[in-house]
This record gives sequence, C-alpha cells and structure tokens, in this order.
Amino acid sequence: MKVLLENLSKHFGSVVAVDGVTLDIRDSEFVAFLGPSGCGKTTTLLMVAGIYKPTTGIVKFDERVVNHLAPRDRKIGMVFQSYALYPHMTVYQNLTFPMRLSKVPKSEMEARAKEAADILGIGALMDRRPGQLSGGQQQRVALGRALAKQPDLLLFDEPLSNLDARLRLSMRGEIKRLQMELGITSIYVTHDQVEAMTMADRIAVIREGKLQAYATSDELYDQPRTLFIAGFVGNPPMNLIEVEVLQEGDSYRARRNGFDLQLSEARGHKAAGRGKVILGIRPEDVSIGDRGLRGEVYVVEPLGRDDLLDVHVGDASVHVLADPSLHLKIGDQVQLGLNVDKVQFFDPESEQSLLWA
Amino acid sequence: MTTTAVPAEPVPMRVSYRDRLRRLVSPMLFMTPAGVLTVAFFFLPVIILFGISLTNLSSSTGFKNYEWVGFENYVKIVQNPLTKLNLIATIKYVSLTLVFFNIGMALVVALLSTHISRRAGFVYRALWLLPRLTPSVVYIMMWKFIGADSPYGIMNQHVLEPLGLSTANWVAARPWLFVILTNGFIGASFGMIIFTSAIESIPRDYMIAAQVDGCNAWQRIRHVILPMMRWPLLFVVTYQTLSLLTSFEQIYLLTDGAGGTEVWALWAYHRALNNYWGNFQWGFGAALAMVLVAIGIVASVVYMRFFQFNALVQEPKIEAM
Repeated sequence: MKVLLENLSKHFGSVVAVDGVTLDIRDSEFVAFLGPSGCGKTTTLLMVAGIYKPTTGIVKFDERVVNHLAPRDRKIGMVFQSYALYPHMTVYQNLTFPMRLSKVPKSEMEARAKEAADILGIGALMDRRPGQLSGGQQQRVALGRALAKQPDLLLFDEPLSNLDARLRLSMRGEIKRLQMELGITSIYVTHDQVEAMTMADRIAVIREGKLQAYATSDELYDQPRTLFIAGFVGNPPMNLIEVEVLQEGDSYRARRNGFDLQLSEARGHKAAGRGKVILGIRPEDVSIGDRGLRGEVYVVEPLGRDDLLDVHVGDASVHVLADPSLHLKIGDQVQLGLNVDKVQFFDPESEQSLLWA
Repeated sequence: MTTTAVPAEPVPMRVSYRDRLRRLVSPMLFMTPAGVLTVAFFFLPVIILFGISLTNLSSSTGFKNYEWVGFENYVKIVQNPLTKLNLIATIKYVSLTLVFFNIGMALVVALLSTHISRRAGFVYRALWLLPRLTPSVVYIMMWKFIGADSPYGIMNQHVLEPLGLSTANWVAARPWLFVILTNGFIGASFGMIIFTSAIESIPRDYMIAAQVDGCNAWQRIRHVILPMMRWPLLFVVTYQTLSLLTSFEQIYLLTDGAGGTEVWALWAYHRALNNYWGNFQWGFGAALAMVLVAIGIVASVVYMRFFQFNALVQEPKIEAM
C-alpha cells in the first residue's frame, strides 16, 4: 500500500508539533522518520495511525483520504518502545486479540497466530504471560501481534530503544529481513541515526516539526542538504569549521587562522566569494600523513578499530579517525590530509548546503 | 616468598554483647509509637468491647451492680426474631450500595471523566465530592426536602404536581431507595478518586495499542482498562464493604431504621446508646458490635485469601510491566 502525507500539520494549542510535512511512501517501502526527541516524528506517526487528527493537510492510503478513519479501520499494525503487551493476556491471547475483535474465524486465527509465532521463534511461549518474558521476547511478541493481523501498513515507534545493545543489533537485522520478505509498507520512527540508515530505504529527517530531507541513507550521508543533517547523520559526527573560501587564479583555498586548505575547483567555486562559510568534513575523510595541515593532538579516544583523535589546527578542532598502530599520543604534532572531494560547504545563515541546493 | 605475616584466614568480626542487644532493641524502639497506637486504639477497644459483651451492663445496673453473664447476650442475639431481619437488611444495604454506587457509579464516573477534556473531567469529579464534603445532617435534610410528604417536597411540588402525577411521602414509601441513594452518592466519590488515578496511570501506549488493535470505546474498557484495574477494584471492594458494614449515621438521620432499614450497626447503636425505653443495654449492644467485628474479620480474611490481596499489594498498582 502507498502512503501519502500532504502538507500535514498538527498544532497542540499554540505549539506546532508538525509543520507542513509532505512525503510519499511507495508500496513495500521501508521509511524511517529520524530526528531528535520532541521533533514531531511520533506525532506524525500517530496521525498516520489515526490516533491524532491532523490540524491541516491530508493522509492518503493508496488513493483514499483516511483523515477521518478510526485507527481500527485503517488496517495497520503497530509496535511500541514499551511493547504494550496486555499483561493480563497470554502470548497467544495477545497475538490473537486484534483478530478476536475483528471476528476472524477461530481456525484461521490459530493458523495466523502460529505462523507469526513460527516466523519470530516464539512458538514455545504461547501460554506465558508478558511478565514472564524477557525484553527481547516481549518485543518479538509485540511484532507478532502486529504481523498476525496482516496489516497493510506497519508502524514502529522506537521499537528497539528498550533493548540492550547486542539484542538491538540482531533485532535490527531481523526486522529489516522480515519487512523485505513480507513486503509490508513500513514506517519506522527512531532517534538513532544508525538504525535509520541501516534499515530504511528512505529516511525522512525531521527537525522542529519540519521535514529537513527525505532521501536514501547514502544521499543523506554524502550529500547533506542542511547543516542539521550534516551534524546529525553519521557517527562520529562531521567536523564543522567556519572558514573563508578565496579564489586565487585557478585555485581555491579555504582559510582561517592557522588553517589553509587547497580545494578542488568543482566544490571550491560554489563556496568562494561568500565571506564566512561552514566547511564540513567527516572524521574518516581526514588522514594523518606527512603533508597537509599542521596540528597538535589534543585528545585520543581509542575505539578499538580506530582511534578518534581531536586535533587542534590553529584554533579549530578537527576530529580524525586514525589507525591505532600509529600510537599517537596527546601533544604529538601531526599533519592532516583532508579528502577535498568529500568536503561540504554550508551557508552559516540559512544553514543550507552550498553544494546540493 | 616474603616473610610478612599475613593471617591465613580473616579473623571473624567480633560482635560484642552490647552491639547484639542494640541491634535487637533499636528496631523495637522505632516500632513502639506505632505499636502503642495500634494496641491502644485497635486492640484494647475490641478486648474491652468483648468484655462488656459478657456482662449485663446497662443503665439500670449502673457501673456497680452488673453481673457477668457469660455468652447469654450472644444466645439472646441468636434467639431474637429481629436478628434475621436486621442481618438481611445489612446484607441488602452493603451489597446494593456497593454494587450500584461505591463500585458501579464510581467506575462510570471515573471512566466518563477521564474520556472528556481534563478540565471538564476535574469539575465533574469535584461535583461528586460535594455529598462527602457536606455535613451529614445538612445532606440528609436536603434529601428529606426532596422526598418530603405533600404538599411539601421538591419531588411533589416541583416535579410531580406540575405534571399532574400523584404525590407521596417518598422517604416512607421508598425507604430503601433513599437509603441507598443517600449513602451511594457519598460513597461513590471514594472509588471514583481511586479509579480515576488508576485509569490515568495506565501508560498511553496501551490506549493507542488498543485502538490500533481494533477496540471501540467499550471494548477498550472491557478488555484493556478494567483488567489493568484489578488491584484498585479489589481495594475499593474490600475497604468499602468494611466501612459500609459499620456505617449507620445517614440511615439514622433519614429513616432511623423505619421501613425495614434497621441495619446491624444501627441496631447496636439503638440498643446500647439510644434506647426507646431509656434503658441503655451496653452489654447487649457490645455483643451486637462484636458480631460486626467478627463479620468484618471474616470478610477481610476471605478477601485477602480469595483475592490474594497480599500478593496484589506487593505488586505494582498497575500491572504495566
């Protein structure tokens, strides 16, 4: 099923929680709503679910406007961070509760519950109550409840946030695989950019109720359209340094106190002659070498596979992912090579990208 | 190896006799104030009551000439023709008030007031507290005004006569209706407060999940809200059973036991402290009160065992997770 949100807004009194969000979700697509807490992503999800009525704008399922359709008539399944399993029902009763309400015949109900339980590996837990299950098992049951009702649309509200790190990793893969196999259109709300990037076909980045970008994870990562996306997507986050880009003959240079970088013409000329701009470069696109910007190691954070260095170049601070075998220590003098084909530029006023407008 | 002397085994900590005594005594000391209060105001009165119930103490014997009569008062209770009637009246009073108001109406008000806007719900619940806040004499006076005999009475003057219907002396004509209404409107607010807070503390995700799963409003109440309120429901049932068993002031003010509304507690009061013949039968009244104590204890034990009250008290109030 396709979903279309058109100019969707939600006001609570004078507070604007969602402000004119427009986006389309293709059939069988897996879309993530990504943003910091309080950005309006869950409010948007609840409007899709029908719990909230939009203040303005429309929600369309396929060609049908569903604004005034009650949640129970929308054929949606939902998975919550808190699992929201009914504590007084067994696993089987939880799985079949939506089907009992819609009066599905008993034999079909049993078959569908069993199928969902088999897919999720919870067949042995049917007679237990949620209180007797681990967090991971509870989340599987919650997912099973959403799947067994055979929804047209699956809604996830931070479903993995209450699980420990290892379990989150395996559930992440499992949900993605399930979604692909079943082909159910899905919306996944999260504040965790790794979750969004690893699972979703497209990511809607939401900030203060507004849609910042709606793109694939590669595009968000390589071509961030706003300063917010550049800082929010990617871990460790992108370095953002205020510079001035000057044209000297055919060459372009980014300069600030103690910082002087030769740029490529393709990217340099878009930032030149604008006064102060913000240069962005990801820590993995900076290398330690024997040429380039001179700096001093200020902090070393060993991450195992890499060392995350904080290098002071003049009065700017640049994070660098470095090979641990270099054994760099605090106070070491280093030279940084920046991959000029990966450099981003942003307007400090509008916070828009100068490269991907 | 070095030669430093290291003890092979750690020396067990020596606990002096004084320390041990202090550990034994100090918790007792902390419990003393509560213990004294409990004994003075709960256990001693029951023991004194039981003692009095074994005498023929009354205003005609005075405090000097009474005699110990053993269980004679209890035998009298068993033989008294009023016993059965008053017991039935008590059961009727407790169960009808409990079912229709202290639980039923309390649930309805709590559910309604949590499904409308917060402010309106608050005002609505505040209205329900008024009967409890009004002094009982004033409150019962108002009910008497409502039901007073024609040509007076709000019902007669302002409702029935304008409609051309026949009038009546309503309190006398429908004593049970008035007894249960007057007590119910006071009693409902207790459960209402407990149930409201229970409903409001059910996590929002459950309400959303129920709607997405396909519940209409009634199904959500039936399958999600009520099962999560097991503890507050049991608490209110237990507590209100016990308090209804011993309450009689509204009945006393309204009918004074007329029309078959002489409940057990009112009977005990009449015999012991407000006797028509002017002979206050303290001994017999104490025996009647002891029966009530016994019924209360039995009811508590049944509730605790049957509903596993102890286990429920230890669990979180709302069985969310």
